[in-house]
Amino acid sequence: MTDLHIVVCMKVVPKTEEVRVNPETRRLIRAGARSEINPPDMNALEMALGLKDRHGGRVSILSMGPPTFEPYLRVGLAMGADHVYLLSDPQFGGADTLATTYTLARGIQRMDGADLILCGEESSDGATGQVPPGLAEWLDLPQLTLVTDVTIDAVARRVCGRREIRGGYELLAAPMPAVVSARTACNEPRFMDYRIKRRAFEEGQVTVWRAEDLAADETMIGARGSPTIVSGLDEARVRERRREFLRGTPEEIAQDLLARLGLLD
Amino acid sequence: MVASRYTVEEQRQAIWVYLEQTSGELERISLELLSKGRQLADRAGWPLAGLICGHQVRPLAQQALAHGADEVWLADHLLLADFAVETFAQATFAALMQGRPSVFLVGGTPNGRDLAGRLAVRLRTGLNADCTNLRLDPRTGILTSEITGFGGGVLALLEMPNHRPQMATVRPGVFAPADADPGRTGRVIELPLDLSPEILRTGRVKRVVGRGVDLTQASVLVCGGRGVAGDFDMLERLARLLGGEVGATRPPADEGHVERERQVGQTGVVCRPKLAFACGISGASHFVVGIQEADTVVAINTDPEAPIFEFSDYCIVGDASRVVPALVRALQERRGTTHD
Ligand SMILES: Cc1cc2nc3c(=O)[nH]c(=O)nc-3n(C[C@H](O)[C@H](O)[C@H](O)COP(=O)(O)OP(=O)(O)OC[C@H]3O[C@@H](n4cnc5c(N)ncnc54)[C@H](O)[C@@H]3O)c2cc1C
Ligand SMILES: Nc1ncnc2c1ncn2[C@@H]1O[C@H](COP(=O)(O)O)[C@@H](O)[C@H]1O
Repeated sequence: MTDLHIVVCMKVVPKTEEVRVNPETRRLIRAGARSEINPPDMNALEMALGLKDRHGGRVSILSMGPPTFEPYLRVGLAMGADHVYLLSDPQFGGADTLATTYTLARGIQRMDGADLILCGEESSDGATGQVPPGLAEWLDLPQLTLVTDVTIDAVARRVCGRREIRGGYELLAAPMPAVVSARTACNEPRFMDYRIKRRAFEEGQVTVWRAEDLAADETMIGARGSPTIVSGLDEARVRERRREFLRGTPEEIAQDLLARLGLLD
Repeated sequence: MVASRYTVEEQRQAIWVYLEQTSGELERISLELLSKGRQLADRAGWPLAGLICGHQVRPLAQQALAHGADEVWLADHLLLADFAVETFAQATFAALMQGRPSVFLVGGTPNGRDLAGRLAVRLRTGLNADCTNLRLDPRTGILTSEITGFGGGVLALLEMPNHRPQMATVRPGVFAPADADPGRTGRVIELPLDLSPEILRTGRVKRVVGRGVDLTQASVLVCGGRGVAGDFDMLERLARLLGGEVGATRPPADEGHVERERQVGQTGVVCRPKLAFACGISGASHFVVGIQEADTVVAINTDPEAPIFEFSDYCIVGDASRVVPALVRALQERRGTTHD
């Protein structure tokens, strides 16, 4: 099955460590925060490239976001992906999960579908993990979420995933096409291939689609198509702690602490 | 704007919670949601209903009533004996279209998230995932969901004024379950279901389950981070002496030093122990949210500037590989034991 087509959904997010909160206004200070590919999406990409190594075929990266995403997504090309599809239109802005999944699903339909659609477990700025099941619903496909390992049977056109559950794991199988989300940190994403890096950045295959290219229903994209509104930002309640520092040798500290905790009675 | 399957005008003023069950027992998350749902319902003067999907689950209805439900909807079918997202989504969708509740809450467990993500799209409504608190305005009937944003310092308040049901997921451990009142009674409604096996596409090939750990139940939690350099045996000894469990930040779980279910925090477990130790943990808010409900927090860190000390009652600047064994020895001496 050399015509295997895997789509990996990837997003670019501000680096979590670099996003600060203004202590007075409690607003996010994004200025100066650098961006990166959402780390779990690198695990999804590695999963896809591993399947391509074994079965051949091609890997497409799909992303909805502003044009500034493009250079980050080219890193995926330098790792071995074949094509980037960036869904970029001011009209897509302000999308919640419903509008995001609708738009990504239109993108997949526009590229004539796929055998497998891989997502990360969650996005570090959304952290909802609701895109993979939502995408599966729009496309009417089965879903295997939170899998740590995936195999495909090219002849039977089935995908099998290992999913961690409380106290163990389960193996789930579904016919392809299917949507799969990769458990964060389930693999080591490969490095860029420096032999193809320059080509990826200079002449890599990047297609940008706007709302009209997707024949998207305008009432279903971006802020307009999003049921959810942010009604406010509030201070996170932080519980007041005593913050008492204990000093001495480890033995003295141990005695002191256990006494304060009432554990020596 | 895209319209939800039923509108604000067509809704019923009711709160529904999805009651997850495994082999004929309600999961703890179900009791947590019933407890929060009861609070919201009382303030709004609305009824609280629980929805149970499964096979031969009728005996669970009484437990749901005792834990606060006014009504229990049962989707009972042979094809619901085991969780599969296709059949469970279909049954839940049918129930919601019949009951048309204003609010629908689901536990943020792996299966709950699978289900909620599909349902929100099927219902063309919004879904606020991993809420840390919920409020319902009795006057407007609008649900406000609190979500911790980046770095946890910010709470975003989310609403969906024009779409129904107002859906939200809540991770296990965020709300405390309430005590049962066995005397409570209520209505039990059996939902007629028309499910056919053809809709099932995902199949389980194999399942291996051992004894799972449930950190939400631990009264003492001894957590280790990257700073303990993989030495979880020492933390295990301390935990055992205190009758507690070992927890971890994400990096040791990623590296396989502990099972994933011991990961504490935003994408792990939210715990409410009496006492929590944070050993070799810097204090990223992703982790801190997991222990912020602890009665007492003790932190051990070599770096006096580590943010974890901001969130701790007792702060120990020191090497965990020296302080933890000292604690173990002190406890052993106290108890007159010399073995582990
Ligand atoms: C979307 C998202 C979700 C996340 N979810 C979670 C989550 O649920 N839970 C979670 O924990 N993290 C989560 N993280 C990761 C989180 O941001 C932090 O990276 C992580 O909590 C840091 O773990 P740590 O404190 O163990 O490691 P580090 O930040 O590396 O801190 C190690 C600490 O150990 C101290 N130390 C070193 N040696 C010693 C010694 N000998 N004795 C004592 N102290 C020592 C150091 O001073 C340092 O403070 C998430 C991240 C993202 C982006
Ligand atoms: N804007 C986007 N473009 C492409 N993929 C996305 C986007 N948002 C989310 N995803 C995918 O969905 C996964 C889960 O994201 P979320 O549901 O936002 O937590 C991510 O890891 C990505 O694989």
